[in-house]
Amino acid sequence: MEKESILHKINKQKISYLFIALPALLFFVFQLAPVFISFFWSFTEYDVIHPPRFVGLSNYVNILFHDPLFWIAIRNTAVYVIGVVPIGICLSLILAVAIDQQIKFKNFFKSIFFLPTVTAIIAVSVIWKWLYAGEKYGLLNHLLMKLGFHPVDWLASPTWTLPSIMIMSVWAGVGYNMILFLAGLQTIPHVMYEAAEMDGAGFWKKFSHITLPLLKPTIVFVAMMSFIFSFQVFEQVYIMTSGQGGIGGVLNSGLTIVAYLYDKGFQKFQMGYASALAYIIFLMIFILTMINKRLMKTEVEY
Amino acid sequence: MAAHDIGIRKDSFTIKAFIYVFLIAGAVTMALPYVWMFVTSIKPLQEIQAYPPSFIVKNPTLEPYKDLFRMVPMIRYLFNSLFVAGSITLFNVFATSLAGYAFAKHKFWGRDKIFFIFLGSLMIPWQVNIIPGFVIVKNLGWLNTYRGLIIPAMAWCAFGIFLNRQYIYSIPDDLIDAARIDGCSEFMIYRKVILPLIKPVVATLAIFTFLQQWNNFVWPLVIIHTSNMRTIPLALAVLTGQFGANFAMVMAGAVIATLPMLVVYLLFQKYIIKGIAMTGVKG
Repeated sequence: MEKESILHKINKQKISYLFIALPALLFFVFQLAPVFISFFWSFTEYDVIHPPRFVGLSNYVNILFHDPLFWIAIRNTAVYVIGVVPIGICLSLILAVAIDQQIKFKNFFKSIFFLPTVTAIIAVSVIWKWLYAGEKYGLLNHLLMKLGFHPVDWLASPTWTLPSIMIMSVWAGVGYNMILFLAGLQTIPHVMYEAAEMDGAGFWKKFSHITLPLLKPTIVFVAMMSFIFSFQVFEQVYIMTSGQGGIGGVLNSGLTIVAYLYDKGFQKFQMGYASALAYIIFLMIFILTMINKRLMKTEVEY
Repeated sequence: MAAHDIGIRKDSFTIKAFIYVFLIAGAVTMALPYVWMFVTSIKPLQEIQAYPPSFIVKNPTLEPYKDLFRMVPMIRYLFNSLFVAGSITLFNVFATSLAGYAFAKHKFWGRDKIFFIFLGSLMIPWQVNIIPGFVIVKNLGWLNTYRGLIIPAMAWCAFGIFLNRQYIYSIPDDLIDAARIDGCSEFMIYRKVILPLIKPVVATLAIFTFLQQWNNFVWPLVIIHTSNMRTIPLALAVLTGQFGANFAMVMAGAVIATLPMLVVYLLFQKYIIKGIAMTGVKG
């Protein structure tokens, strides 16, 4: 092997480059180059028809200081993330622990909670839009009234638009996180529970002293993933809030940051402005992920 | 899967009862929207408008499905989705395992740097790529074409390369060297030695890529503006906008969008659940 001729070496390298050539080329054209292109465009005014015109930092300045819609979108996105991520994590963790017990129909429960993960989010949104429909037809309102509550205007009311989308997103995401937690639970050594039981620990003691601390790496991972994922919520918003006057719902009460980017880029064709938005989103996700990482960084001891 | 049996001793009957109540309530909550979708899709108009809403259909009808196939080219949409998701999956599985082999077992100039760039791209949200992506596709004249739907989506291969590389890395070098001494070409080694050993990864990756692409919405939304080229999710979104008042027909569309993936899920359940646990990929 050591006395390989140079020719052979180059030849071998040639085949290696050949093996990565096609994905690398596509990756360069449609993934890597666009990252730089949109960075450049974020300093321009560009409507796709005319060539981009350099405007310096004005897109960023306008977004941050002169664009009330941007701040509405940020506020809505923050509410969405702060609501969906913790509630989703708690519910899926409880579900995972419940399914991990010695119960019957384990696989049935697992499958049914997992179902929305394999359903197109567009289909899920369309179904839920129908569930949220007005007083006369809406199933959810009917159930609410049967339980003695007042009917809610769901997607027709500025107060309820965002919560409606959040409820649906929790419903849709719970099974995916549950699977991750179930996998995490399998890594906890069984003997730890046995030892605790010998010491007379009950359900809650075991949950809070063994399961939670040992599951921490999984919880951190799930929190991080669902944070990044929720921050970019778009499809649900698109289906539930688009109608007359574009995307965002009544008084933009459902407008999230990615939906706003879509509106600017692909409905108003302000590509420079939308590129600047994209970079602001990128930066926010990056910084918040780093902060998350710091906050949650603790050693796990067995 | 071994149950951990937290606190389920003979005396903790209440906890077990509570768990069942919780799980059953949860299962009903999960099933309800699906059941309601299906029930609505076979209801005649009078029953949809009837109050109170009911889960029992007195006169079930296939009219909403017939309407759907009459009003929009559903067969074409199904074909579009299948063709687009299928081609991307085939390419992805083949190209990422081949590249993964090169990254794991070959030595070449720039290998680690190139791999690092691939990996780093996983951190970049799609919002950053999509605007130039759209303009590139437009300038290539690929708007409203299969090429436009398929080729840019093939570029999302970093995760697959990463996953394959990790698995191929753990294959012993001796196996590969032995094949080389036997005179196998590098491609033969990939096909005869590597590929059979990484079958589980390839299968998982294939299922996930297919699911993701079948359900993909944003990219088709951005580049498809003609009716004939729509994929199922895009068609469903347009349907909701156009015929939003015809709930039965829209729900029939939702059933058709949901059913194929349900079948895929039932067939490959084990791979899917294991795959998520293994990699944390999003379906």
